[in-house]
Order: sequence, then C-alpha cells, then structure tokens
Amino acid sequence: MDLTVFWFILIAVLFTGFFFLEGFDFGVGMSTRLIAKNKNERNQLMSTIGPFWDANEVWLITAGGALFAAFPSWYATMFSGYYTLFVIFLLVLIARGVAIEYSHHTHTDKYINYWHWLIFGSSALAPFLLGMLFTSLVQGMPIDKDMHLFGTFTDYVNVYSVVGGVAVMLLSLVHGLTFIGIRTEGVVRERARQMLSKLFIVLLAGEVVFAVLTYTSTDFFTVRPVATPVFLAITVACTLLAWAFATKKKESIAFTMTGLAFASVVIMLFVGLFPRVMISSIDPAFNLTIDNASSGDYTLSVMTKISVVLLPFVLGYQIWSYYIFRKRIHPTKK
Amino acid sequence: MDVLELARVQYALTTIFHFFFVPLSIGTIFIVAIFETMYLFKKKAEYLRMAKFWGKIFLLSFAIGVVTGILQEFQFGMNWSEYSRFMGDVFGAPLAVEALLAFFMESTFIGIWMFGRGKLPDWVITVSAWLVSIGTLLSALWILAANSFMQEPVGFEIQDGKAVLTDFMALLTNPQLQVEFPHTVFGALATGAFVIGGISAYNLLKKKDVEFFKTSFNVSMIVAAIASLAIAFSGHAQAKHLMDSQPMKMAASEALWDDSEDPAAWTILAIGDQQEEKNTWNIDLPFALSYLAYGEFSGSVEGMKTLQAKYEEKYGEGVDYIPPVWPVFWSFRIMAGFGGVMLVLSILGLWFGNRRKGILATPTWFLRTMMFAMAAPFIANTAGWIMTEIGRQPWTVFGYYTTAQSVSPNVSMGQLLFSTISFSTAYVILAIIMIYMVARVAKQGPSIIDTAPKQENVDLMDKEAFK
Ligand code: HDD
Ligand code: HEM
Ligand code: HEM
Repeated sequence: MDLTVFWFILIAVLFTGFFFLEGFDFGVGMSTRLIAKNKNERNQLMSTIGPFWDANEVWLITAGGALFAAFPSWYATMFSGYYTLFVIFLLVLIARGVAIEYSHHTHTDKYINYWHWLIFGSSALAPFLLGMLFTSLVQGMPIDKDMHLFGTFTDYVNVYSVVGGVAVMLLSLVHGLTFIGIRTEGVVRERARQMLSKLFIVLLAGEVVFAVLTYTSTDFFTVRPVATPVFLAITVACTLLAWAFATKKKESIAFTMTGLAFASVVIMLFVGLFPRVMISSIDPAFNLTIDNASSGDYTLSVMTKISVVLLPFVLGYQIWSYYIFRKRIHPTKK
Repeated sequence: MDVLELARVQYALTTIFHFFFVPLSIGTIFIVAIFETMYLFKKKAEYLRMAKFWGKIFLLSFAIGVVTGILQEFQFGMNWSEYSRFMGDVFGAPLAVEALLAFFMESTFIGIWMFGRGKLPDWVITVSAWLVSIGTLLSALWILAANSFMQEPVGFEIQDGKAVLTDFMALLTNPQLQVEFPHTVFGALATGAFVIGGISAYNLLKKKDVEFFKTSFNVSMIVAAIASLAIAFSGHAQAKHLMDSQPMKMAASEALWDDSEDPAAWTILAIGDQQEEKNTWNIDLPFALSYLAYGEFSGSVEGMKTLQAKYEEKYGEGVDYIPPVWPVFWSFRIMAGFGGVMLVLSILGLWFGNRRKGILATPTWFLRTMMFAMAAPFIANTAGWIMTEIGRQPWTVFGYYTTAQSVSPNVSMGQLLFSTISFSTAYVILAIIMIYMVARVAKQGPSIIDTAPKQENVDLMDKEAFK
C-alpha cells in the first residue's frame, strides 16, 4: 500500500479513536447538569472519567501531530483557515482541562459549582465546534491555488455545519450516558437510562436530517454512492440497537453501539473525502489531496516504523488502565 | 504594528506562558518520584505524605501545562502556516513522536498514579510516578530536537523549495540538541527544586511541620545544587557552541558591534543604540569573553558589523541579519546572573540544612531569601528562551527560512487581535487561579492531604470512592 494512503487511514483512525473516547467524556461532562442533582452526584459522574479524559484528549494531539508530520499542507491550510474557530475551540479546551483538574483541589461548594458549570459548558461546546469544523470542511471551502483558505462567515457557519455540530454534540451526550450506565451505581445510573430513552428519538431525528443534508450539501453520494449510504445506515442501525439494549439494561452493549454509531459517522466523512483532504469550493484543481499535501517518502516510512513499534504499547497500557478502573462508582454517603 | 509583529507577540506570549509550567512540572514530578521511591524502600509514612503533598503542586502545574500545550501544538499551523508547509516534513516527525511516545505515557500513568493508590501494589504506583517523570523528559527531548533543528538545521535537503528530511537520526544527534537538552532539563529540575525549597522555607520560618519540611528542604537542595552546577556547565557549553553555529547571536548577546581586541573582554553591562550600532557606555571584564567563547584567555571575537558583511555574502544582501540586540543582551545577563544566584543559594541551603545545629538554627534572612528565590528559575528560563529565540531572528530556520516568510498569509489583523487578547486574558486568569491554589496548599501544609475534604465530597485520591 502507498504510504500516503496508510497515513490517511491512520489519521482517520486517530480521529475516530478520539471521538469514540473523548466523545463519552464530553458526554459525561454535559450530563453533570442534566442528570445530576447535587454536587455529590456530579462528583460521582466526574469520577467515572477522572483517570481517562486526559489520555483521551491526547488522541486529538496525536492526530494533530500526525497531520503535521504526514500532511504538512493539510495541517497548515486547515489550522490557519479555521483560525477563529480554533481560537474559540482552544479556549474551550483550556477551560475544560483546568476545570476538571482544579475541581479536585477545590473544597468550597461555591467554587466547585463554578468549575462544574465550566465543565458542563465546555463539554457541550467542544464537540459542537468540532462537528462544525468537519462538516464545513467536507462541504468544501474557498481554497485558492496556493492552498490558502480565505473563508467568510457563512463558509464556517451554515445550516449543514450547525446541524453537524449539533449531531456530534448529541452523539457525545448519548455516548456519555451509556458510559455512565456502565460505570455507576445508584440513582444517576437510573436517571441516565431515563434520559437516554428520550434522547434516542432526538438523536435519530438528528441523524436523518444530517443524512439528508449530506446528500444536498456534499458530493459524497456521487463520489461514494455505496459507502456513504451504508455508513449512514450503520449509524442509524447502531443507534437503534443501542436504544434497545439500553432499555434492557445491557449497558456494555449499548455503549459499544453508541460508540460504533459515532465511529461510523467519522469514517463516513473520511471515506467521502479520500483521496482529497481539503475540498476547494473554488476549483477542484485546487483541492488538497493525499499526494499534493503529503510529506516525502522518507519521512513517511520512518514515521510508519516508529508508529508500528509504539502503537501496541500505547494501546496496551491504555487498555490496562481501563481494566484497572473498571469497577462501578458508588454514590457517596451523605 | 503589522500582522507579522502581532503574530510574533501572540506566539511569544503563548510559548512563554507554556514554559512557566513546563519546567515546574518536570522538576516537581522528578522530586515526587524520589519521595515515592524513598517510601517504597523505607516504608516511612512521612515520605508518602511528601509524595502526596508535593504531588499536589505538581498536579496544579501539570493541568495548566497540558491546556497551554494543546495550544502550542496547533499554533504552528494557525500562525505560521507557510513555515509549517516548508518545514512539516522535518518538523512534524518529532512532534508526532512526542505525542505518541511521551504524551500518552504522561497522561495515562498520571491517571494510574493519582487514582491507583490502594488499588494497586505500592511499587506499581512508584513505577507510574517515574514513568510520568520519564514521559516529561522524553517530551522535552523531542520538542527540543525540533527546536534545535530550527537553530541548527541538519539531516535534510531542500527540494522544490521545501525542507525534506533525509536522515532522521541526525535530528537526535544534532550538536545543538546535545547542549540545549541538558541545559533546559537541568533548568527545569532546578525550577522544581527551588519551588519545593521555597515553600519549605516558608513553613520552616513559621515553624510548622518542621520534620516534614526539613526533609523536603534538604532533598530539594540536593537537586537544586546539582542542577545549578550542571546548568552552569551546560550553559557554558552552549555559549561555546554558539560561536560556531550562530556567531551573530553570540555577538548580539555581548553587544559587540566591532571586532573585539585579543584577548576579548566581557561586557558586563552596557547601554547603547541599535540604530547607530554602537554602545554609549559599558563596563568590561578583561579576558572573560575569550574564555567564555574559546575556553582560553586569548582570541578575538568578531563583532556584528563584520558578521553582517559575512552573512550578506553567504545568505544574500538586503537583509538586516542583526537581531534585536538589547533583548538578547539583557536576557543573557539576567539568565546567567540568576544562575549564579541560584548556585550560591543552593549550596548555602545544603550547608544550613545539614549543620549539626539543626535546620531551625538557619538564619531567618536566608529562609526569607529562599522564598523570594522561587521566582529566580522562572525568570532565568524565560530569559533563556528570549535570548535563544530572539537571537535567532530574522530566521525561523537558521540560514534557510525567515520569520517574515513564515507567517500565515490568510490570517488577518482582526483575527490576531482576537486571539492575542483572548489568550492573554485567559493566561492572566489561569495565572491568578494557579498562584492562589498553590499558595493555599503551601499555607495549609501537609494537613491538606490528611484531612479529607468535607465529608460529603468524594475525595478522588481516596480508594473508598472506588469501592
Ligand atoms: C522542555 C520542555 C518543553 C518545551 C520546550 C515545550 N513543551 Fe509542551 N510540554 C512539556 C514539555 C515541553 C511537558 C513537560 O511534557 C508538558 C508540560 C507540563 C505538562 O503538563 O506536560 C507539556 C505539555 C504539552 C502538551 C499537552 C500534553 C498532554 O496533554 O499531556 C502539548 C500538546 C505540548 N506540550 C506541545 C508543545 C509544543 C508544540 C511546544 C513547542 C513550542 C512545546 N510543547 C514546548
Ligand atoms: C517553551 C519554550 C519556548 C519559549 C519561551 C519560546 C519563545 C519564543 C519567543 C519569545 C519567540 C519570539 C521571537 C521574536 O518574535 O523575536 C519565539 C519564536 C519562535 N519559536 Fe520559540 N520558544 C520556545 C520553544 C520553542 C520550540 C520548542 C519551538 C519549536 C519546536 C519554537 C518555535 C518557534 C518559532 C517557529 C518561532 C517563530 C516565530 C517568531 O519568530 O516570532 N519555540 N519563541
Ligand atoms: C549559569 C549561567 C548560564 C549560562 C552561561 C547560560 C547560557 C545559555 C546560553 C548561551 C543559551 C542560548 C543557547 C542558544 O541560543 O542556542 C541559554 C539558553 C537557555 N537557558 Fe541558560 N545559561 C545560564 C543559566 C541558566 C539558568 C539558571 C536557567 C534556568 C533555570 C537557564 C535556562 C535557559 C533556557 C530555558 C534556555 C533556552 C533553551 C536553550 O537554548 O537551551 N539558563 N543559556
């Protein structure tokens, strides 16, 4: 296989892994205001992601590093082109990271409450912004012949991108709620289930709208006439299965299903892009592709060897840490 | 101010802010791992308390190190897109390896170290602490490999106007990295040691938890003294190396406009004018510059005017190759000056800490000085980077790519203003919160880890939460 193809796949895998993992901790963050009624319950919820969320975020950092190493022009065009969106996104991540860590070191109820509000807001905004980023990206952006993206407001914020943002936010929330189902005991587990049963309807509706808009706003149905509808169908099917299993209290399977639904959306986007990495709305000739945006062969082959050696270790100890912290978290005594 | 200048200001603020927390994290986790190890072998509960207490300071710093680091990762694409295109082939690789090798290790084992106590055997916790420490050092190694390439490009060739990597190992064997990595890491260890020493001194002054802070103080002073010595030696090695690799930076750091006499005197202090290219006032120390540059008491050093002519011949005319002289000149003096102060203080600290009279006989002026000395390594670190980075101007990649070429063409003044203002505001808020939290921990002392927070809170450090 061509190394540029391999790296495109690896980057898709890193982003999929990121959404699968960080997706649920965004969701847990959001649910602190939706299903928890007091500080203890919020703490109980946050404990479920305590040991994991930072490593989950590193998936994004690694995806960013891999973009830089393998497709420098993709990295350069995307980050400079989405400047304002990224500034806001980074501020949100700053707020979130500090709030999660510092709430452990705060003992006054009032301040803990402030941190919890920050966790809630940032956990909702972050997936929304990422959803906007990816949906507007696949729609095509005004990229000129020098690979420079000069966008206007509506290139970033339009119906499709807002729906994409909401869809990713909802997926995160649902995914987080199924995670809470596996990791907690007591009243929050029950409330997570009740909330889920209502949310699934909203999510399904959102998915359908998203699918229709993907048809009208992108060329994915012409470029990938089979894969696009198949992955969209998998998303809907997994959502339905998750719904069924969640109602039956088969929470582990429900969690796997919401994760698969999420992953399937992300894979659909990457498959539709391939072999492009950024689509120009000015002229297809200005598209960034895995060929014109990539690094040289030497760099790619060195990086391939390094990642093939390192990835098993990284995955190994991450799985081990999920195994260590697998027990349910109980509510604290009052 | 134009887009380029604002982009530089914003970038500089962001990176300097990140580097307040980086050395503090690297330094404190190293010492925390030492306490974990002492606990493992001696099984004295006191050492465990030290690991937990100083671990709290580490966690407070690490959290901000992480969130400001994410910014760093995306900064290159946001502000310096043309640089990223030009350099990505070479520069992206160490960054990606850093994430894969170091960041995953840090973040996963920090979770195990924080939450695993009581659930896992003690030795696993100790090993996790060391793995976090090693993770921070590996992260420093790879990012500095990237930075060293910018100071001294190696292992690449230019193809179609882009830098293309030809030898990956050359990035790691870069002579610049061999002086920059030890200097930066020892600077970081000293930072952690001085903060732990300073907080201990504060509590010793108040005669609170004397045994606890006495041990902490002594351990931190050992680290501080060794690190300060190593900083001086590696700093000297850097200066010597600079004479070959970037003579202009060295000349700027000496405000040496014309060639020096032989032997060269070291300008201790000077006032002058960049426009007129001369100093109006200076104090010199005879022979010293020759020694700094060549390790012997003779030899003349070339001045900036000579070097400008040489650079023009080599890199093309019409460019001012002289960096902003005064920031470079003063940051060098501030760094080295504080380096001297730190060395003296840490040796005094070792002596006072180990006298037979006992630590409480330490004069109060010294303990007070140690409290203020907490600021010294932060100032020296910042000054060091300002010298290194501003001294490299006008280049981003020395000899190949200038800062003016690097900037993103599609980012507007308005966007930059927005990011500069919002990031700076965020930094001010973060700094205030962080200082407040550290001060609270320092004031309350180790009892903060013994008394679990109010009954109804889940103490995340407590195994009960995971029953
Ligand atoms: C000499 C060391 C050093 C230097 C020069 C830098 N960093 Fe850093 N960075 C670290 C040493 C470090 C660390 C010790 O590993 C940190 C700091 C404290 C911490 O929390 O981890 C970290 C955190 C950190 C993170 C978050 C990692 C996580 O989530 O665990 C990122 C993405 C970066 N850094 C990226 C950068 C980039 C792109 C830099 C270049 C401008 C940079 N850092 C300069
Ligand atoms: C964390 C420690 C660091 C600090 C405090 C620091 C500080 C600075 C400062 C003050 C500038 C501005 C110089 C000027 O505008 O005249 C600068 C420039 C730059 N630095 Fe660093 N730097 C650090 C590490 C790094 C590293 C590790 C890299 C690369 C891996 C790097 C890449 C750059 C680039 C690309 C520029 C060009 C932008 C410019 O010239 O303004 N820096 N840095
Ligand atoms: C004892 C006297 C010292 C000397 C002679 C010295 C020398 C130097 C030199 C020559 C450089 C520039 C290297 C370059 O541009 O390539 C440098 C950079 C630097 N210094 Fe120092 N230094 C001293 C003390 C310190 C201290 C006390 C600290 C912090 C605790 C420190 C932290 C740094 C840092 C972070 C950098 C930038 C990274 C690097 O290039 O290594 N230095 N130092």
